[in-house]
Amino acid sequence: MENKEQYKVRSEPFYQAQGDEVALYEAAYNARLPVMVKGPTGCGKSRFIEYMAWKLNKPLITVACNEDMTASDLVGRYLLDANGTRWLDGPLTIAARIGAICYLDEIVEARQDTTVVIHPLTDHRRTLPLDKKGELIEAHPDFQLVISYNPGYQSLMKDLKQSTKQRFTGFDFDYPDAALESEILAKETGLAIEVCGKLVQIGQAARNLKGHGLDEGISTRLLVYAATLIKNGVETKAACRMAMVRPITDDADIRDTLDHAIDAAFG
Amino acid sequence: MAVEATARSEELEGYWQRLGCRFALVDAVFDECMKEALTSLSPAGLDAYLDNARFIGKMGRGAEPLLVYLEDAPRVAVLVGEQSLTDLREFAYYMSTHTNFKAIVPFLQTCAAAAECLPTQELFKQYVELVRDMMDRTTGSVHGHHTTFASPGLPEMLKQVPSILSLVPLGGFKNWIDYGIRYYNDHPERQIEYFSLQSADSKAVLQRERHGTLFIDNERKLDLYLRGLWQDPEQLVPYSQVFDSLTKPTPYYDDDGIRVPDVFDDLGDIRGIERYRAALAHMAAHRRWSTKMVVDNWSPFQRLGVEVFEDCRVDFLTMQRFPGLRRLFLALHPIPDERLLDNPEASAIRVKLAMVSRAMLDPDYEYKNTDIREFANRFHEAMAAGESSSPEMSRLGLSFIARMRRQSDLSPNVYFQDTEVDYRDDNRHLWIYLEKGDDEDTLFEHLDIKKKEEEELHALPPRHYDEWDYSNQSYRPDWASVYEMKHPGGSPAKVDALLEKHAGLAKRMKRILDLIKPQDKVRIRYQEEGSELDLDIAIRSLIDYKAGSQPDPRINMSHRTDGRNIAVSLVLDLSESLNEKVQGSGQTILELSQEAVSLLAWSVEHLGDPFAISGFHSNTRHDVRYYHIKGYNEPWDDSVKGRIGAMQAAWSTRMGAAMRHAGHYLKAQPADKKLLLILTDGEPADIDTRDPQSLIQDARQAVKELDRDGIYTYCINLDPKADEYVSDIFGRQYTIVDKIEQLPVKLPELFIALTK
Repeated sequence: MENKEQYKVRSEPFYQAQGDEVALYEAAYNARLPVMVKGPTGCGKSRFIEYMAWKLNKPLITVACNEDMTASDLVGRYLLDANGTRWLDGPLTIAARIGAICYLDEIVEARQDTTVVIHPLTDHRRTLPLDKKGELIEAHPDFQLVISYNPGYQSLMKDLKQSTKQRFTGFDFDYPDAALESEILAKETGLAIEVCGKLVQIGQAARNLKGHGLDEGISTRLLVYAATLIKNGVETKAACRMAMVRPITDDADIRDTLDHAIDAAFG
Repeated sequence: MAVEATARSEELEGYWQRLGCRFALVDAVFDECMKEALTSLSPAGLDAYLDNARFIGKMGRGAEPLLVYLEDAPRVAVLVGEQSLTDLREFAYYMSTHTNFKAIVPFLQTCAAAAECLPTQELFKQYVELVRDMMDRTTGSVHGHHTTFASPGLPEMLKQVPSILSLVPLGGFKNWIDYGIRYYNDHPERQIEYFSLQSADSKAVLQRERHGTLFIDNERKLDLYLRGLWQDPEQLVPYSQVFDSLTKPTPYYDDDGIRVPDVFDDLGDIRGIERYRAALAHMAAHRRWSTKMVVDNWSPFQRLGVEVFEDCRVDFLTMQRFPGLRRLFLALHPIPDERLLDNPEASAIRVKLAMVSRAMLDPDYEYKNTDIREFANRFHEAMAAGESSSPEMSRLGLSFIARMRRQSDLSPNVYFQDTEVDYRDDNRHLWIYLEKGDDEDTLFEHLDIKKKEEEELHALPPRHYDEWDYSNQSYRPDWASVYEMKHPGGSPAKVDALLEKHAGLAKRMKRILDLIKPQDKVRIRYQEEGSELDLDIAIRSLIDYKAGSQPDPRINMSHRTDGRNIAVSLVLDLSESLNEKVQGSGQTILELSQEAVSLLAWSVEHLGDPFAISGFHSNTRHDVRYYHIKGYNEPWDDSVKGRIGAMQAAWSTRMGAAMRHAGHYLKAQPADKKLLLILTDGEPADIDTRDPQSLIQDARQAVKELDRDGIYTYCINLDPKADEYVSDIFGRQYTIVDKIEQLPVKLPELFIALTK
């Protein structure tokens, strides 16, 4: 049996609830219902799951999905060794065995045939067949599956199948409102709340430009980066440009507008 | 006269005698002029002034040149040196002896304004040389006439000099003149239009030479600014200040959008783009925080007062929200001189308002006037409580006007100096009139009416395209007007009959088409899990395995479907020459083209590529017709067949404009590959262009532009003599179809070969 403890979240992650999502998640976990969290990048989805794992004191296994991921990357595969072959469990299998929360981040990135392997784990069966090994795993009573996805990517090619979607309960995340977001920045980085308010103001200016040359606005995560830099003594405007503007755009006009927003906000 | 002469002092009488002039008109103003000259000129300059004036008076061109000289020359001499007194006279004489005496007066009238824009001797000399050069080049003789004709454009141009020089540097002025001479030297009426700044291209060329920050270069930035910082997606509409220098329109907004000037010059340290942003911030703030007020009962002064307070309120809120704008607003806000208030002769109402505005926005600025300070404090008290409101500001504004009112406010002599706040709009959005007043601003209405008239002439408003001028290696801005319209329809039966006739060919083509139709299978290798074993990789993996190293598990392969992704636009030349009969057959080129196009359209439909058909011809650059026959997503149906059947040929071939227009649609297609096919029977030509190379070179330039946009251009030429020019235009991307009767077979074949 794998060492369960290594997957535990050791210290309390900072998470500022935006509504009743903590209570709702606990309810879902108590019923062992699979959960889907949606929302734009950097708005706190992963942090929320981490926080809940800590709160429920359960191990958390996170898998970042990518285009080349195959079902065996999740479930496990035979490896060659000196005497022949050896089976190695994949992260999903480990989670099902030890009763962890398995968090599949950015699930739409994975190929559709991959996402199908989670189906038997997400309905009443709660089993995982390992067809190559010829084993059927009964999921541990504590096991829960969580997936995240960013509807911003939504294109015809990258969407979840209905049969997958309809196996989950859902949480919709968005960037918090201005007051709450500044509070989050202040608590996360220890920066003065007024400065955080201005950072949020710039972030919102960028979010207004979404669809006019920006694919995604400035996320809370980037705001935290900027606040961290400022807290560490980097000059305010330089920190904003470095953490909030340069990463998100190569478009000269948008860069210019956001630089001006920084100047306007900080004077 | 006698009375005046006796009234003249002895000194002045001496000067009058030196002038040796008898014009009564001159006599009337002489004293005034001399007074100014005496104060501003050195003794040597005064001598030169009188001598040159005497000369001009005796030139025999009436009193007017002398009058203008007397009035304006001292001013010029002060600005650019006294040498100019002689220069002006010499040039006036030069004009007079070179048949351009009508231009003397405008030249002298505007030389002071020119000297103000070009305030060094060097620059002013260059300016005079420029005018001389322009005059020499446009003064000409007509073959068969033994007289020399005066330059038609010169007097007009001289009248425009003040406004032009305030906009463009001398180099730009020279380019503008060169352009006018190059294109209109042999067309007097057009030349006058150009040099009097009436024609569209004249304005466009001038615009190209301007200094400052142009709206058009920054439209997207400003749009993003408004959206990003103000969540205001309102449309921005530029207006021009050049041709409206008297009224000096300020920015404003109404239901149709936010109007901003087409250009902002840098103002001291403030860049043009900052001025745009300040103006937009102010208007956006109004849009967010201001409410309308019923103002029928308010006097103009009261409105003036209320709007200053309301402007300050929204500026104040803006600066609270964006502290960085404080620097910008204050830099653009004038600092009025408090001492102006003491003058009982002049109306200082604007000064007072500007002062209170400054005091409200800039707490560091101290005024001695207690009333101003009191109102600034009352304003700050109101703002301390929150956003305040428009009605509250109107109460403050009205009591300010009541308190500050003085008899002198009504004086016609109003101080404007340092009272205009650059970034503020005219606040028309603040007022509601229950009754229709006579001071409604209708500044732009005449433009709208004009536009409507134009629209009625043609179905779609024209699009203007630049044209390449090879002799000058530059674009003529907005030169060709392309009118697009749907081609009139007809009966589809004709095209059906044509297709029937080529049934045999169609059958052969269908086989070829089926072959090149997308096969939809592309192999993807290196898959861990796939539909088939990829033997090469599998064997390599096995070798690795046997050798004891880690084998590559990706030994499978799978397939994915793939399609063609080509958008095609076929542009047909519908010029008059298509009506000619082809030798050896009874058909005209037009009929053969119809057959060919029908077959091509049928085959492309079979392949499923997005395919558009259009036709064009032209009747001078002002009327290039572009006919829509089939759109990219329109199915190959009876209405399209009807349009092909009804095709008519007329007029000439202005190919470049049509190609640019077709290209602008093709550019918007999402396909990977874009193909523009041009079917023509001759070289580009039009009746308003005499140089045969001109339109050929323009078409070549159009091909280059399209190439830059990723559009592949290909020409199918039916002109047996095409070798002489077609490769100049299309490089190697062309085919000449010698036997025109084979066109219906050739065209689809060509298409298939090109896209295979």
